[in-house]
Amino acid sequence: MNVKVMSSVLAVVTMLFSATAFAAAPIKIGALFAVTGPAAFLGEPERNSAKMVIDEINKAGGVKGHKLELVTYDTTGDATKAVQLATKLIKDDKVVAIIGPSTTGETMAVIPVAEKEQIPLISCSAGSKITDPVKKWIFKTAQNDSLAVGRIYEYLQKTKQTSVSILTVSDGFGASGREQLKIQAAKYGITVVSDDTYGPKDTDMTAQLTKIRGSHSHAIICWGTNPGPAVIAKNMRQLGIKTPLFMSHGVSSKKFIELAGEAAEGIRLPSGKVVVADILPGSDKQKKSLMAFVKDYQKHYKAEGDHFGGHAWDAVMLIRNAVENGADTAAAIRDQLEKTRGFAGIGGSFNYSPQDHAGLGKDAFVLVEIKNKDWVIVK
Amino acid sequence: MKRDLLLFISFSLLVMVAPQLFSGGYLMNVLVFVGINTMLAIALNLLLGYAGQISLGHAGFFGLGAYLSGILTATYGVNPWIAMPVAAVVVGCLAGLIGFPILKLKGHYLAMATLGLGIIMYIVFNETVELTGGPSGLSGIPNLKIAGVTFDSDVKNYYLIWGVTLAVMLFSLNLANSRVGRALRAVHDSEVAAQVLGVNARLLKVQIFALSAVISSLAGSLYAHTMTFISPASFGFNFSIELLTMVVIGGLGSIYGSFLGAALLTLLPEILRGANDYDIIIYGSLLIVMVMYMPGGLVRGIPILFRKIVRKGEGDHA
Amino acid sequence: MQFDQILQYTLSGLSTGAIYALIGIGFSIIYNATGIINFAQGEFVMLGGLLTLSCLELLNLPLWAAIPCAVAVSTVVGILFERLAIRPLRHPTPINLVIITIGGSILIRGLAMLVWGKDTHAIPPFSGDNPIAIGGATILPQHLWILAITLIIIIINKIYFYHTISGKAMRACSYNRRAAGLVGIDVKRMVLFSFIISSAMGAIAGIIIAPLTMTAYDVGVMIGLKGFCAAIIGGMSSGISTVIGGLILGVLESLGAGLISSGYKDAIAFIILLLILFIRPQGLFGKADSERV
Repeated sequence: MNVKVMSSVLAVVTMLFSATAFAAAPIKIGALFAVTGPAAFLGEPERNSAKMVIDEINKAGGVKGHKLELVTYDTTGDATKAVQLATKLIKDDKVVAIIGPSTTGETMAVIPVAEKEQIPLISCSAGSKITDPVKKWIFKTAQNDSLAVGRIYEYLQKTKQTSVSILTVSDGFGASGREQLKIQAAKYGITVVSDDTYGPKDTDMTAQLTKIRGSHSHAIICWGTNPGPAVIAKNMRQLGIKTPLFMSHGVSSKKFIELAGEAAEGIRLPSGKVVVADILPGSDKQKKSLMAFVKDYQKHYKAEGDHFGGHAWDAVMLIRNAVENGADTAAAIRDQLEKTRGFAGIGGSFNYSPQDHAGLGKDAFVLVEIKNKDWVIVK
Repeated sequence: MKRDLLLFISFSLLVMVAPQLFSGGYLMNVLVFVGINTMLAIALNLLLGYAGQISLGHAGFFGLGAYLSGILTATYGVNPWIAMPVAAVVVGCLAGLIGFPILKLKGHYLAMATLGLGIIMYIVFNETVELTGGPSGLSGIPNLKIAGVTFDSDVKNYYLIWGVTLAVMLFSLNLANSRVGRALRAVHDSEVAAQVLGVNARLLKVQIFALSAVISSLAGSLYAHTMTFISPASFGFNFSIELLTMVVIGGLGSIYGSFLGAALLTLLPEILRGANDYDIIIYGSLLIVMVMYMPGGLVRGIPILFRKIVRKGEGDHA
Repeated sequence: MQFDQILQYTLSGLSTGAIYALIGIGFSIIYNATGIINFAQGEFVMLGGLLTLSCLELLNLPLWAAIPCAVAVSTVVGILFERLAIRPLRHPTPINLVIITIGGSILIRGLAMLVWGKDTHAIPPFSGDNPIAIGGATILPQHLWILAITLIIIIINKIYFYHTISGKAMRACSYNRRAAGLVGIDVKRMVLFSFIISSAMGAIAGIIIAPLTMTAYDVGVMIGLKGFCAAIIGGMSSGISTVIGGLILGVLESLGAGLISSGYKDAIAFIILLLILFIRPQGLFGKADSERV
């Protein structure tokens, strides 16, 4: 064999290798979850779901020949760490998109970094002001707490229970909810007659509830995440307060029913549909993906898939769809994300647009009631 | 004297050159925080290591400086270069006022009183939602600017923060070697003896407390303008304990020790990143082990350890 | 203001205050015998609750067996802590002691997090949860248990410290360690005893309150601090003064949260702490301390 043939063969072989090498370039997605620390009930299912769906996508051959690579960091729920780790993801790991963080506080801290470095960020936290006002590179998959509040107020307006007492936890989630409860009251003809707070680690809310009882409101709305609301439910039972109690979507989990025990009966709250996937009508567009998610999560992690995990699942799928549409750089992914229409995810049906980076409408929530230690949908 | 100056100059050179070695990237971000933590550790060390007064609430002054500067600039549009000194003065006066009653206490009582003070400040940050944004935090804090240069990148912030930190180090080293420093150590050893010798112990303690608070406030303001977002969670009891740990692990009464402690505790989470749930155990064990076996801190313990190893080696060879 | 509401605030405050009292007494016992403020005291409260949970669920023990088990294991942890962290300390300066006990509390909390996870867990109440009406206010049976058990413990404490040899020996240590050693009291043993008693009391406090407040790996932090406030108000006594201190603290907290502001509830305890430390550091009932120069 002469040198010429050899070198052409070599050239062709090299080209083939580099072609495959080029096609196999993984798309690096960064993730910031509060896996440990006070927000672990958010971060752990989020990380689990993200991992689960990325593994599945890769097993099925990736997206358009690209494998997806997930780089996850634990922020422990600390905003400072979230900022540091966001920088790390962008500068060291060179990710083209970031999923998370898990809490509103962390997200607000990370937003300037994402905007400056021009990397799309899909947050899994509830705060309305993450995408309101709209920021070019920031999206979210968790339902806005404004939608949750709207759901409750709509029901109250319909049933003519228009004076409410609110009891919110003094952390980012509760503060955001409290803000929304006060802002939207007038729109639905609701008057907030009593406004109290409690600390995330408080163990006795009888003082606040005694005060609320004295205000004689039609309904009590409690905004927080476990264990506070369970204590409040139990305190109410102890004090013999019969006023209808509403909770936030922060406790739409079996854990809350377990903690509150009998005191949970009759409590109503807006919930992501995943929690009641099995009792949804067959006509519901999301039912199929919800059931698949729940079954999948159960198989992988032997635990109930909840809507927190769903936020991460949605975020990964949205990026996947963007890559499917040909995007593989940060800017292209961002553009494709903005064009998302009618994606039936876990949190709801997503429709992004240049003016709306939250993407969900009222159908993201159903009003549920706890009956016999299980959920029923309220008509 | 000359040796001290030489040491300081070499340290400063090392600090200035470091970015070249690490050429940007994530580590720059971490080093910025090492700078801020060093400033805070030095502030606490002046109070704790030199004057011997325990404070478990220093995160409160840090937060106060951050919020005062943050609110003045973000909500009221004040120039950061005016807001920062204003914050420092306010914090200094507050610390001075509180210092008089609080520093009558000693030992555990002082520890608990400062703890309570720190927690009260945290609760105020959390509850005054209209001013501070409450638990959701305060965003939109502007970066600092000097002569048209905006400090909005890690490298630029590194030089700014470390410039101030080095100035604080120099100031503290001078203080430690001055009459004031000697008076502080006298008060630490025996307050009554110092008073008998003519030192106004009470006034001195309050002055150091206020100075410590002012430096912490400065660190807080710089932190606010670097992060552009602050929330109460960063200024709670846990961080006060972290600061205390930095000072003790680095070495009480040693300015360079404060740097060691701050560097170790800021870098430790990075090294332990994989170990996630186990890091809290390592942290607690480290505290216990350090206090038991290296009570002088790293800055004294490492040379001793080194000498022990060397001596052992020589013994074997003999 | 309606009388009913005030009555309710007061009753709720009394039961919370009883818990603060128990924890405060735990602090005082160790402080009096050793001069150490044990920052890890709150963690024994946490251990009591979580260990009971494990005994009930994993070992399937009935409640009356689970409780002594849980207390026993907590006490063992207390002994280990004293042996491994406190006794070997060569330079027991206040600052070192503060750091070591803080380190200890972090360590215990971290281990608890590994064993029991970060979830909150519920424990069944001792005798049901049907509310009992008193005047226009209501309390739960568990509240009665709390008050009753606290009373029993105080009585046992009094008997122990004033009518048994080892109790009197511990009191001697608290007055003057050197003198106690000189008359033949094994001071090191007294230190161990003080840790045993305090960790047991902390565990019991944790067990009786867990059915009301649920339990998790980090419940110990805040409650430990408030227990310390109770001890300060009571002048670091291991008897009735601290109990009164705890009750006062609980009631003031409850009244403050209901009448003034719920957000600043935690601040109330610490503001009271600061006021007492500024104005009357020996506590409401203590005698002024004199220090050797």
